[in-house]
Amino acid sequence: MGDKTMILNIGPQHPATHGVLRIQIELDGEVIVNAKPIVGYLHTGIEKTMESKTYTQALTMTDRMDYLAPMSNNLVYVMAVEKLMQVDVPLRAQYLRVILTELTRINSHLVWLGTHATDIGAMTLFLYCFREREKILKIYEFVSGVRMMSSYFRVGGLAKDVPVGFDKRIKEILDIMPNKINEYEDLLTENRIWKNRTVGVGKISGEEAIKSGLSGPLLRGSGVNWDIRKANPYSCYDHFEFDVPLGKNGDTYDRYKCRIEEMRQSLRIIRQALEGLPEGPYITEDRKIAPPPKEEVLKGMEQLIHHFKIWVDGFCPPEGDVYHSIESPKGEIGCYLVSDGTKRPYRVHFRPPSFVNISALNKLAKGRMISDLIAIIGSVDIVLGEIDR
Amino acid sequence: MWEMIKSIFFAIPRGLSVTFKYFLKKKVTVKYPDAPPVFEDRYRGLHYLTRYPDGKERCVCCGLCAVACPADAIYMEPAETEKGERYAKVFEINELRCIFCGYCEEACPEEAIFLGHEFEFSSGDRGDFIYTKEMLLANFDKIEKDRVAKNIKPFIRQEKYQFKKPADPIH
Ligand code: SF4
Ligand code: SF4
Repeated sequence: MGDKTMILNIGPQHPATHGVLRIQIELDGEVIVNAKPIVGYLHTGIEKTMESKTYTQALTMTDRMDYLAPMSNNLVYVMAVEKLMQVDVPLRAQYLRVILTELTRINSHLVWLGTHATDIGAMTLFLYCFREREKILKIYEFVSGVRMMSSYFRVGGLAKDVPVGFDKRIKEILDIMPNKINEYEDLLTENRIWKNRTVGVGKISGEEAIKSGLSGPLLRGSGVNWDIRKANPYSCYDHFEFDVPLGKNGDTYDRYKCRIEEMRQSLRIIRQALEGLPEGPYITEDRKIAPPPKEEVLKGMEQLIHHFKIWVDGFCPPEGDVYHSIESPKGEIGCYLVSDGTKRPYRVHFRPPSFVNISALNKLAKGRMISDLIAIIGSVDIVLGEIDR
Repeated sequence: MWEMIKSIFFAIPRGLSVTFKYFLKKKVTVKYPDAPPVFEDRYRGLHYLTRYPDGKERCVCCGLCAVACPADAIYMEPAETEKGERYAKVFEINELRCIFCGYCEEACPEEAIFLGHEFEFSSGDRGDFIYTKEMLLANFDKIEKDRVAKNIKPFIRQEKYQFKKPADPIH
């Protein structure tokens, strides 16, 4: 700290830090010399708790990390376990997973857009975004029973099949969303205030972004074509046609454009997945991993034994470790899992995109005004539950 | 200059037109608590323990829901009737620990425990959230009474009955 600079704390209680994030900034007048994000205020010990739960029970914890994208978190966890155990997931389950995680992407982007715009001063958008988000949350409730903490995916497939009328509900979203996204764009894209607040703010070059380990729209906003759905397709993403929207300048405005376009692409994927949705089982028929359907359990002795065995003892993946990563709405979310051959994981570690992305805050904010910091934090799109886990 | 003209005469009216469009439209806000919220069938709310039509409770105290529970919210103690039938002497759910994951309902081999649609249960005392067997059975009785009075289909989810023949008793 020099003589002329001043230290200022933003957060942990600040409405624009999207949770309990504390940022220590060093200021020269109004210009940021150094910005240091300090995390840990929301530490919940999720990873540690997972070690004392069976694999199925531990799934419920993953919802609570990035609570705006619960299905993506579920997916990365179950896929890591599936990779370790080499389970074949039925096609229907994979397609439904794609539909639901893409809905999650839209959901997460809507919250991002609403809060980001409110931070910069466009309050109206917040209400519009949450109106559409409510429709998506209703679909979560429709399929899983809860709006946010869905816990709907299971190792080997899904908890239960989607209810009758699922396609109708999804079509409803597909029908209204494109118009709504155009509306958001009407409000913001050409708006002079919006442009003044975002164009050129929080710039990062593609090379820098790769060096900092950024992922997701933050990386693609800088023009780097990296999307795990394309680069390393999982869960049938190679069956669908979609584009990866890229930015040019790597500023807040480009990231905004990227995310808006991503929502459109997600709708495109959902449409294709819904059209091609195959019939069949929704969970693997390997009775050592998933219990039989309830109706069989209530009739047969053998099925009942399987049912008891699975719920009491769970399953024991072979010894070893595995890493699996998927493209969550915020970037690459990875799950590193160590198994010692028992029914409980020996160690679970997540690579949360928000955590890595926020670590580049200094690079984004250096040399900008203090008021730009709010726009920059918004454009990084963080969820503190995921950063601190 | 051109940018400025564009923003004043084009971009701003375009944005405002969206606002005005919704100004006259029907409101989408849910009027809770004046109007009751609408839930989907699978909604996971307060638990209830079901009964057979003759009033006997279905739970056999097998403990599967308790081991399945990730939050360790369920406690039970078994007992036997003179006829040798097992039942739960004590059955408690701590609704403050519960995370409403629905695993207990999935695990129960007797269809004895379900998560209903009740969500307004609050109290100033933490002790009130330990729901005993009697309270959980009373939840079911209330639901059944409501259902019979209004002559509607069972409050619990339809999928639970798919495998039952129409002649089979519903609880
Ligand atoms: S809903 Fe989940 S947390 Fe609650 S009692 Fe049942 S199993 Fe336990
Ligand atoms: S509620 Fe069901 S799972 Fe739980 S003890 Fe009773 S019968 Fe067993």
